[in-house]
Amino acid sequence: MNAGSGEYLIEARNLVRMFGARRERVTAVDDVSFGIRQGEVVCLVGESGCGKTTTGKMITGLLKPTSGQVFYAGKSVWTPRGDKGEDFKTYRLGVQIIHQDPYASLNPSHTIYKILSTPLLHHKFVANTYEALDRVIELLNIVGLSPVEDFLYKYPHQLSGGQRQRVSVARALTVNPRVIVADEAVSMVDVSIRVGLLNMMADLKRNLGVTYLFITHDLAVAKFFAWEGRIAVMYVGSIVEFASTPQLINDPLHPYSKALLAAVPEADPELTRSKKRVELRSQDIPSLLALPSGCRFHPRCPYFEPGLCDVKRPELLPVGENRYVACHIAAREAGAPT
Amino acid sequence: MEKQSSVPLTVEDLWVEYQIERGVVKAVRGVSLSLVKGESLALIGESGCGKTTLGVALIRLLVQAARITRGEITYWRDNKGIDVLSLKERELRRFRWRECAMVFQSALNAFNPVLRIWDQILDTSKAHGGMSTSQVRERAMQLLEYVQLDPKRVIDAYPHELSGGMRQRVLLAMSLLLDPQVLILDEPTTALDILTQRTIIDLLRRLKEEIGFAMLFISHDLATAAELADRVATMYAGSIVELGPVDDIFYRPAHPYTLGLIRAVPTVTGEFEALVSIPGAPPDLVDPPPGCKFHPRCPYVTEQCRVEEPQLKTHYSETHSVACFNVQRVQQDTLDLQERYAKYAGGKAS
Repeated sequence: MNAGSGEYLIEARNLVRMFGARRERVTAVDDVSFGIRQGEVVCLVGESGCGKTTTGKMITGLLKPTSGQVFYAGKSVWTPRGDKGEDFKTYRLGVQIIHQDPYASLNPSHTIYKILSTPLLHHKFVANTYEALDRVIELLNIVGLSPVEDFLYKYPHQLSGGQRQRVSVARALTVNPRVIVADEAVSMVDVSIRVGLLNMMADLKRNLGVTYLFITHDLAVAKFFAWEGRIAVMYVGSIVEFASTPQLINDPLHPYSKALLAAVPEADPELTRSKKRVELRSQDIPSLLALPSGCRFHPRCPYFEPGLCDVKRPELLPVGENRYVACHIAAREAGAPT
Repeated sequence: MEKQSSVPLTVEDLWVEYQIERGVVKAVRGVSLSLVKGESLALIGESGCGKTTLGVALIRLLVQAARITRGEITYWRDNKGIDVLSLKERELRRFRWRECAMVFQSALNAFNPVLRIWDQILDTSKAHGGMSTSQVRERAMQLLEYVQLDPKRVIDAYPHELSGGMRQRVLLAMSLLLDPQVLILDEPTTALDILTQRTIIDLLRRLKEEIGFAMLFISHDLATAAELADRVATMYAGSIVELGPVDDIFYRPAHPYTLGLIRAVPTVTGEFEALVSIPGAPPDLVDPPPGCKFHPRCPYVTEQCRVEEPQLKTHYSETHSVACFNVQRVQQDTLDLQERYAKYAGGKAS
């Protein structure tokens, strides 16, 4: 019960998170399970309100799951009674989060040096301020903010959005994390700067072995960042498809993944205008307060089979190697055991 | 003054400045363009490049601190030119919305949260138009239906009861209320989810084709431009640096900045492609660099670029213009894009 699979550095098992009370109670994340191997990138994609940020916060330990477990390095993070596990501090340092908004996540009254040296000194990663300065300089170089003397004593408002986000990454790195949860970390950054930021984050994976949970609504960014990793598509609180990035992008199985990929505009006029659309039966995203029976996608799904999809909720089943889909029809067509 | 009736709006050498504590922000610097009936022009560029300022200046809705220091905006109706910059407050009100409507970026903030949709529609029509209440009601119901909403459900709803995509559609319906010739859309699909974005894009395309107004849409998103634009204008540091038909801009861009943007945006379909970021950051518009404003970030920079600012000149064809001294060298680096285009063209022919 208290042991995770040895395969993964971080693992979510049957995570559930509810918000609100009584009649207003909603299940934002409903039975989500996945694991990330050391050095791997897993992308969570989905539309707003699908539970991807809530999942990210539970992985980071910022939110306690209503039920289900998070395993870090094979150990359960929370005790069966819901208290912090014995290695909670190691876990919290080992898993760091980068938030979406670089304007809100840095203290405006602290210099960059102060922002970065505080966690170093607090967690005793350095012995004194001299060592702190050395380490801050090193970190700024790692995230590509050089020459460092241009940044050390600046305040966040003196930096651009892209530079601030680099400071956020540097701050996450102060405590030598093994896992970084990046929650829409590049969505507020301008196009010309975004690729530089993504490439820098990819370098951290190569050079420092950082493992990523990368949360985004942008499929193009997911494809670019997680090409060698895997993508999990979420819909209304659950994972509907989980596969390697090239498989998911070029040959999606779940009708929702298909609809998303067909709908996404591309920065290539001929390509984007010739895309085949997937016609959905309804445009309405169900409210978490009134979820459809059976498969949550069935009121919109072009594959809908009455008597099956509106009755039985599909499980995330393996179809082929390292590939999972939660759809009765897609699983049947892929020859999965039912 | 005479002009073809197919060009409802022309802008000549427009300059807009903001006064701030530090000095003067030159937000729009010498922009000239014309909007054509039944055609959409996409204004692309990064935040702070002046694209929203330009859009707002067209309907003279600039904030107090901003000033139009030079230029002409002419609105054409029945072959007669109206000088927008000399309109008085009352005429201006008529011009806005009846002739030229603007849909703003944030669909939630554009509404008054305590008024029902119907009251907002009625207010709009009272402020700008001359229809009776029952006419407005009828027209509003038609338009809501046209934008694929359930009119009965929506018209008595409060803004917070509608989803982002529904609000965006209500705004579009409202912008059509007084039958304008020109529609300006500021980031019409930003902050919407993929499937919602798709319905708005399809709706906008239908509007353009069926109603045939001139559309200017402002976007930082190249993909939206690729979807919707007939022509694209790239804006950098307050100026248009390249302007041309959508295929020219995407498959044989001639300005290093346009090329840089294209190289920085991944496509979803297909194999992995390496991406290249544009080094540096956009310039400070209070104290912009001398010469070409892009030169500090440009891989093609020469001595000339550092001292002289290139002007927009035609290139390839009458319809494609670019402001760069090194067009030839830029074009040599777009062969892969041209090849990709040739493939599409070949696919069409066969």
